[in-house]
Amino acid sequence: MKMTNQMKLSFLSKSVNESFARTAVAAFITGLDPTMDEITDIKTAVSEAVTNCIVHGYRDSVQTVYITAATYPDNRVVIKIKDKGCGIEDIEKAMEPLYTTCPEGERAGLGFALMQSLCDKVKVASKPGKGTTVTLHRKLAMRGQDDSQE
Amino acid sequence: MPVRVYLADEIMTAHLLGDIDHHSSREIREEIDERAGRAHPSRLVMDFRDVTFMDSSGIGLVMGRYALMQELEGELVVENMPEHIKRVMKLAGLDRLANMESGRTRR
Ligand SMILES: Nc1ncnc2c1ncn2[C@@H]1O[C@H](COP(=O)(O)OP(=O)(O)OP(=O)(O)O)[C@@H](O)[C@H]1O
Ligand SMILES: [Mg+2]
Repeated sequence: MKMTNQMKLSFLSKSVNESFARTAVAAFITGLDPTMDEITDIKTAVSEAVTNCIVHGYRDSVQTVYITAATYPDNRVVIKIKDKGCGIEDIEKAMEPLYTTCPEGERAGLGFALMQSLCDKVKVASKPGKGTTVTLHRKLAMRGQDDSQE
Repeated sequence: MPVRVYLADEIMTAHLLGDIDHHSSREIREEIDERAGRAHPSRLVMDFRDVTFMDSSGIGLVMGRYALMQELEGELVVENMPEHIKRVMKLAGLDRLANMESGRTRR
């Protein structure tokens, strides 16, 4: 399906940019007329993925995080969050609820579990030493059909 | 500062403000732990009424303060969670991990 809109964003992996990233994605999707709950869901999922790039991917070294977001005519939003950091050895294990490699930082190990409950689909592609890309798919309820295709 | 900490008798209240994420939770954690470590309150109340956003970092924050209050032999109470934050807690299954009935986590 052809996308109706797209944006690309890159920023330094500083924790102060976590709020910038989720707010920017939320602003981008306002054209789809989302509900407050939908905005909160997407902000939370994006915050999880971006925080993972900063905390795990780059292990607090300052590099670049990349986001691409696209919208589709059926009110789907697809958001890719990418780092060129350490990568994940065992993706399946990493996605298990409560699994964390960083308990001393008070991580709960619930980031992926949250992304999965907040989105329709979560895809993770990762190579050790190369980096990680998380793709979030979320369909928004169709409201105000007519102006959704500008 | 994303938190204001008050002490009255043996009860310490942490009034949380704004967005709780990985960035802000560090400062919140340090402030609460420093104050609680000195005052040894019998109860720590985390007041969420003015929290505008929370991701899994907030869950780590609550779980960590729960452990802290166990160490200090006190109790943790989580209060005034807005609906959207309760949702994150539930989606993350925290209501099953900790005893959080009607917004209270007791030792
Ligand atoms: N971008 C990434 N690069 C490298 N490793 C990652 C990345 N994202 C996740 N991981 C690995 O997957 C594990 C699980 O991630 P998840 O977000 O579910 O939990 P967490 O980040 O450890 O804790 P929480 O998100 O609850 O604070 C992490 O501990 C880490 O080992
Ligand atoms: Mg995480």
